[in-house]
Amino acid sequence: MSVTFLGMPAERPFPRNAARAVRDSQLRFNLRKATRTIRARRASVVAEAPDWAELREAGRAIKEHTLRNLDRYLVRLEEAVTAAGGHVHWAADGDEANRIVAGLVKATGETEVVKVKSMATQEIGLNEALHEQGITAYETDLAELIVQLGDDRPSHILVPAIHRNRAEIREIFAEHMAGWGRPAPGDLTDEPAALAEAARLHLRERFLKTKVAISGANFAIAETGTLVVLESEGNGRMCLTLPRTLISVVGIEKVLPAWRDLEVFLQLLPRSSTGERMNPYTSMWTGAAEGQEFHLVLLDNGRTGVLADEVGRQALRCIRCSACLNVCPVYERTGGHAYGSVYPGPIGAILTPQLRGMGSELDRSLPYASSLCGACYEVCPVAIDIPSVLVDLRARAPHPWPERAGMAAAGWVFERSGRLARLQRAGGRLRRLMPRRLPGPLGGWTDTRDLPEVPKESFRDWWDRTDGGRR
Amino acid sequence: MSSRDLILGRVRRALAGVPDVEITRAYRGPSDKPGDIRLFEERVRDYRAVVHLVDEPGVAERVARSLAERGARRVVVPAGFPAPWLAAADVEAVADDPPLSAAELDAVDGVITTCAVAIAETGTIVLDAGPGQGRRALTLVPDYHLCVVRAAEVVANVPDAVARLVPARPLTWISGPSATSDIELNRVEGVHGPRTLEVLIVT
Ligand code: SF4
Repeated sequence: MSVTFLGMPAERPFPRNAARAVRDSQLRFNLRKATRTIRARRASVVAEAPDWAELREAGRAIKEHTLRNLDRYLVRLEEAVTAAGGHVHWAADGDEANRIVAGLVKATGETEVVKVKSMATQEIGLNEALHEQGITAYETDLAELIVQLGDDRPSHILVPAIHRNRAEIREIFAEHMAGWGRPAPGDLTDEPAALAEAARLHLRERFLKTKVAISGANFAIAETGTLVVLESEGNGRMCLTLPRTLISVVGIEKVLPAWRDLEVFLQLLPRSSTGERMNPYTSMWTGAAEGQEFHLVLLDNGRTGVLADEVGRQALRCIRCSACLNVCPVYERTGGHAYGSVYPGPIGAILTPQLRGMGSELDRSLPYASSLCGACYEVCPVAIDIPSVLVDLRARAPHPWPERAGMAAAGWVFERSGRLARLQRAGGRLRRLMPRRLPGPLGGWTDTRDLPEVPKESFRDWWDRTDGGRR
Repeated sequence: MSSRDLILGRVRRALAGVPDVEITRAYRGPSDKPGDIRLFEERVRDYRAVVHLVDEPGVAERVARSLAERGARRVVVPAGFPAPWLAAADVEAVADDPPLSAAELDAVDGVITTCAVAIAETGTIVLDAGPGQGRRALTLVPDYHLCVVRAAEVVANVPDAVARLVPARPLTWISGPSATSDIELNRVEGVHGPRTLEVLIVT
């Protein structure tokens, strides 16, 4: 089976990435500040919606119904987009999507494209693939720009540069903007407003002259062929409106059955993601809008494999709001890079191993990157039961031999009560020799917890000796 | 086999024997009542947009004042914008006919439009490229957007707006000026879209 690529190479396992990340006090400070701010904002606008629970339930059910009829809705979407003058392409994996997009860009004769932030194109490594074909992709979302200029990797779904503070951003702009276009002003300060202004000036000309844009989409409406993009800065509108050619790469799970369904998701998504009643800009277009040439690339890249899994398929309901990242105690401490995928946090811990398989040590370790506290499930606007999927994936991940041997030995002991009693008595006599940490390959278990103390006498022996405390 | 058939085949195999689910819509649907103007005003202001309430006879004067305060000299006026509303303003009205280039749009001082729908609960205005609104770029490239909202256009909530809008038209939902929270999650108004949004609500 081919391995699905998720925008980053799968290298070290999560615990080793995490151990490194938590030693970075600057990173922990940046993350704590950012996740706490956004958590409070989300909580207040969610509390303001009197029917939040009902919206969440409808969101869950609409997505579930869509997934269970996905073939029908995809065909319907294709018909509607085509009828409105758009072109629809199907990509079985990331390579195919990259080939399709590169071909479409080349057909226009252009060598530069502007991009709106999109998880799907990050997932397939589109920028790198275009680069190999001599096409430069310019990221236009402020956070993506910070990541691109800093030759960095995104660490959050919504705020990819959440791991950077203002001083670091100022430095990146001052040093690298010149290499990509208009340089940063010489007197650039680290005031957020000044940094935003620098980004505005840097990208302005590019927006006005670039002929091809690439986007993703938050939703695609099967009934009408309408695509929907939510954003804040206006870079999305620039990309979706000004260029002559627009190419949107959209995962097959983004489809919604009917126009009306937007009444649910346009309430769930902004409140869950940025913690606003509504995000500043939402663009909706159907087919070739205002004479633009429009291409829709429908991407599978492992999604149909996830769809086949009874427990795991609920991960496809995800609307990428990032609320689960912001509440996760693990994410708050390790940040996004430790997850080794463009999908970090709790959703990444269940999506990455499903899309990519559990061939690498990193992907096998991701289902354990959680304390199973359940906060992610509680905030998820489409009620994805992330803890259950994590537990299911843990059960299916191949386990290392010391663990398997340990479990087999425990099974043998527990099989007969006599065996357990003999082992307990032996343990009681040898308790002083008990190490604090287990030796050799068993040491992994005691790396993160203490070995329980062995009592002098087992409960059963105590009961027999004292007749339940009566003697 | 085409990738289309491959993907659809995989989907069908994945779903074999999986039962469908019921969708219950117990949330608040369209209210079918007019939106609360005061709430709309308050919510737009929350996004740090500039808001004024005016009565119909006062619109022309308020428009003239707003444009003068802004120092706007050349303003894009989309086809179908009510002429009387501009009667008192001392500005050069720039028409989008023939269509203005992006560079030309970048050079004007602002744009004045009407809207299709406004949502009280979220403080959102929606443009659908209809009369008085023009194509999408007109309200995007200029740095200043003055939008005149009639009371009849204000609906109560998001489901009301979705029910009123026509999906075949290009739609732009606008909630306050362009903003970003990408730097330490501090909200900063004004990135690539208009940095100033001014809304006149006609009561
Ligand atoms: S899993 Fe739920 S909470 Fe997490 S990003 Fe997806 S929709 Fe949001």
